[in-house]
Amino acid sequence: MSPVEMNLEARFDAYVAEEKKIEPKDWMPDAYRKTLIRQISQHAHSEIVGMLPEGNWISRAPSLKRKAILLAKVQDEAGHGLYLYSAAETLGVTRDQMLDDLHTGKAKYSSIFNYPTLTWADMGAVGWLVDGAAIMNQVPLCKCSYGPYARAMVRVCKEESFHQRQGFQVMLNLAQGTPEQKAMAQDALNRWWWPSLMMFGPNDADSPHSAQSMKWNIKRFSNDELRQRFVDMTVPQAELLGLTIPDPDLKWNEARGHYDFGDIQWEEFYNVIKGNGPCNKERLAARVKAHEDGAWVREAANAYAQKQKAKKADATTHAA
Amino acid sequence: MSSKQHEWPLWEVFIRSRQGLGHKHSGSLHAADAEMAIQNARDVYTRRQEGVSIWVVPAEAITASSPDDKEVMFDPANDKVYRHPTFYKLPDEVNNM
Ligand SMILES: [Fe+2]
Ligand SMILES: [Fe+2]
Repeated sequence: MSPVEMNLEARFDAYVAEEKKIEPKDWMPDAYRKTLIRQISQHAHSEIVGMLPEGNWISRAPSLKRKAILLAKVQDEAGHGLYLYSAAETLGVTRDQMLDDLHTGKAKYSSIFNYPTLTWADMGAVGWLVDGAAIMNQVPLCKCSYGPYARAMVRVCKEESFHQRQGFQVMLNLAQGTPEQKAMAQDALNRWWWPSLMMFGPNDADSPHSAQSMKWNIKRFSNDELRQRFVDMTVPQAELLGLTIPDPDLKWNEARGHYDFGDIQWEEFYNVIKGNGPCNKERLAARVKAHEDGAWVREAANAYAQKQKAKKADATTHAA
Repeated sequence: MSSKQHEWPLWEVFIRSRQGLGHKHSGSLHAADAEMAIQNARDVYTRRQEGVSIWVVPAEAITASSPDDKEVMFDPANDKVYRHPTFYKLPDEVNNM
């Protein structure tokens, strides 16, 4: 780094430390830009791939009302993907590049979406737990130091709360239904609980990039802090549902003022990230297929726009 | 699966949230032409009654002031306190003027 750059970086650090916002054209360290591009594009990919497990149930929702709700939720997730891709683009990466990285498997997305949605109760558990965990992660990002990311997150968070509430309601209806329905809700909770806790990322001791992100005000709370908050918030909700969280070590710790919970199976987490989850291949294949099947539409729209433009230019020339 | 197919152009979206207010920047999106940009903006930015009117502007048509000129452009206003009503201390009788 040259002395000029060191000076710029020191000014940048001081500026960010004062809770001030960075905007696209402002000077920023390369590593800050790279970190944001990676994080925001991964986040965008997660919103987009996240549509797949729920899309699976749109045509099989148990009522017209539930179908409309699920459609609205999935449409919201598409919007979230768009807000986030747009925010990443302000940092100089193109949409095509990001999509290429997703489709070639170079970019990651949240590993939670590599689990299958086997029953209708999964729509409840996903909304309640997966969107619940996402909200826990996303709310602090509304105050992130990068303006476009923070603004995108404000929009996202506004829209998320209905996602979690509708999911909880699905669980509530099932939990208060027939014994079979209640069992279905319990089964969904059993399968989604641990992957939801993994959504907060590795334990703090194993999360090497966290400190820098905290210093840059991209990250506000550590993975373990957020995970603990999520557990503390969710346990009473499960009690209200009359369902059992699948963790024999879960118990209230009076001294800490928090719930203690069991160890997370991190081998599973890393295995899913590596591509060996139950649905990794299926998700990526569905995404690539959707992209390729849509190619002719994108090309046709482009051709039409070019034609209209040429026509307009032509008309102007003749009028002159 | 290649990046050869070129992206649709980028548009900036401005929304009037209700009659009587100005349009405010809401975000951006890609679309092949203006008409599609309006339709996409409607779908992503007004799903919850956020707007009654939409403007879309090709992002490349926007000229922005440079962050490097921030001081030159905006600092001169700092020391012109007489441009604010509070600068003028008037007798109590007329102080709500
Ligand atoms: Fe979302
Ligand atoms: Fe959501």
